[in-house]
Amino acid sequence: MSEDETQTPASGPGPDWGFETRMIHAGAGPDPTSGARQTPIHQTSAYAFHDADHAASLFNLQTFGFIYSRLGNPTVATLEERIASLEGGRGATCAASGHAAQVLAFFPLIEAGERFAASTRLYGGSVTQFSRTFPKFDWRCDFVDTEDLSAVEAVLAQGAKALFVESLANPGGVVTDLEALSGLTRAAGALLIVDNTLATPWLCRPFEWGADLIVHSATKFLSGNGTVIGGAVVDSGRFDWSASGRFPGLSEPEPAYHGLKFSETFGDLAFTVHSHAVGLRDLGASMAPMNAFLTLLGTETLALRMERHCRNSLAVAEWLTGHPKVEWVSHAGLPTSPYRELAEKYLPNGAGAVFTFGVRGGYEAGVRVVEKCELFSHLANIGDARSLIIHPASTTHRQLTDEQRAAAGAGPEVVRLSIGLETVDDLVRDLDQALAAA
Amino acid sequence: MATDLHYSDALITGILRRVRTIAMVGASPNWKRPSNFAMKYLQEKGFRVIPVNPRAAAAGASILGEKARASLEEVPAPVEMVDVFRASEAALGITREAIRLRAEKGFDVVWMQLGVRNDEAAAEAEAAGLTVIMNRCPKIEYGRLWGELGWGGFDSGVISSRWPRPAKGGGRSG
Ligand SMILES: Cc1ncc(COP(=O)(O)O)c(C=O)c1O
Repeated sequence: MSEDETQTPASGPGPDWGFETRMIHAGAGPDPTSGARQTPIHQTSAYAFHDADHAASLFNLQTFGFIYSRLGNPTVATLEERIASLEGGRGATCAASGHAAQVLAFFPLIEAGERFAASTRLYGGSVTQFSRTFPKFDWRCDFVDTEDLSAVEAVLAQGAKALFVESLANPGGVVTDLEALSGLTRAAGALLIVDNTLATPWLCRPFEWGADLIVHSATKFLSGNGTVIGGAVVDSGRFDWSASGRFPGLSEPEPAYHGLKFSETFGDLAFTVHSHAVGLRDLGASMAPMNAFLTLLGTETLALRMERHCRNSLAVAEWLTGHPKVEWVSHAGLPTSPYRELAEKYLPNGAGAVFTFGVRGGYEAGVRVVEKCELFSHLANIGDARSLIIHPASTTHRQLTDEQRAAAGAGPEVVRLSIGLETVDDLVRDLDQALAAA
Repeated sequence: MATDLHYSDALITGILRRVRTIAMVGASPNWKRPSNFAMKYLQEKGFRVIPVNPRAAAAGASILGEKARASLEEVPAPVEMVDVFRASEAALGITREAIRLRAEKGFDVVWMQLGVRNDEAAAEAEAAGLTVIMNRCPKIEYGRLWGELGWGGFDSGVISSRWPRPAKGGGRSG
């Protein structure tokens, strides 16, 4: 091999690579030292420095590299690049959980005493995090019905610096009008932050609709086998922090880095550099390399799995629609869904695999259906290869008030399903016997 | 900005492999300035970077171990690349100077930093046979194409299943 070939870095069509190719390859070439083709699990706490000058460069953020795995780890970085690529973002920061990623997303944006807004239609844990725990940091959340655009405008006009929504909302069947909302946040100089957990980038890419940041719970479909707790925050790289002036955490001198201004020095890399160098450094909720590895394996088959998840889930939803013990089914892929049009626009590859239905007989009947299932697992998770069932009112949304539960689509009669990859007839049979026994 | 700029990875790679010495116009002695970050990184990758900064030159200062020069005129040849770390408006004058000194200094590339774009300057430089890159950072491009940018969680856009042989001496040269 000529010397030329040895040192020519890879050069290809870059962003033109297809989604399925990037699912498998983005971020992950052969290991430079061993040639290992699958990404190694870099199970190490810390990294050697070449010399004192190299160490100084790393601590000053003057060069790319690793110091300590709280701030960054090669296996985790591979997953970060993979997720950034799949979302069409500039960079990503992985975190110990989806909830940790949410803290990491707000951390550079919201100062003590400042406000942000969030949709009322959110995973119950996010409602609790924003309304109970964030106030301890003096971060104030206003919940708003994001289908009422004038209410959104009003809350942004009152100083909300960001709007947080779920693209496809948990517990299910609700699609958010991202393009309309990003128009409002842009006009107000605020950020649109989208939790894309239920949709995954295979079904929806919020940056294409004007989102500024995306958060994920990698615990769900990204890893896909119920093995991992993990999360990520992805930056579009498009928000101009210096021009805005509303986000001093990114545009003003950072005392912990000798007065460095992140947006000036790092340009469109600023948010992601800050999330590692300040966010993970001080909040400490870093992803473990093993969890990054398992999530990388999951991303390799994301499109294939999501196709089957969506197909199975629509079949189950259609079957439930005709069942005498079922009052209603909330699945955005059904022709009767009020979200059908939004689903066709934002989720052209499928309307997801998590949805809810209402059982005749209310709270008691809801609890009984869940307990009678044989194949569906009764547990508090979604996005597993296994089909999962839960009664949100008595579990995931238990901490909420009645009004919050109703607004979130988690009333007393509601049962949530996360449809897996099993034989669809077996899923229908299991639900049929459970409904009969309920 | 007029149209989106697109440069192939092969073009950028070729420049960064071929260039040995860079005249960095607007290099700052303040270590917190982006130009100083870029200069330090490029030095670590084996480039010689000569700072052009009239104020630092008047004070007889050095930046990262290199004597500051007052103008491109004073840069010792050979220098293959002029890196413009100044506002877009200043790029035209700097580029004309680079065109004028081209043969004497060996200039081959005019590279305007991330955020710097001057289409008039680019047209003149290209007509004079120089290669022009605008609105890109050589540090970020080097990191992206040589596999370091991903360490920070960034999408490099680079995909390859080839396993290159390690470099002789571990440097950039090749
Ligand atoms: C939509 C959504 N966002 C965020 C989370 C929180 O993620 P994690 O449990 O990984 O912290 C969940 C978890 O159920 C979720 O469903």
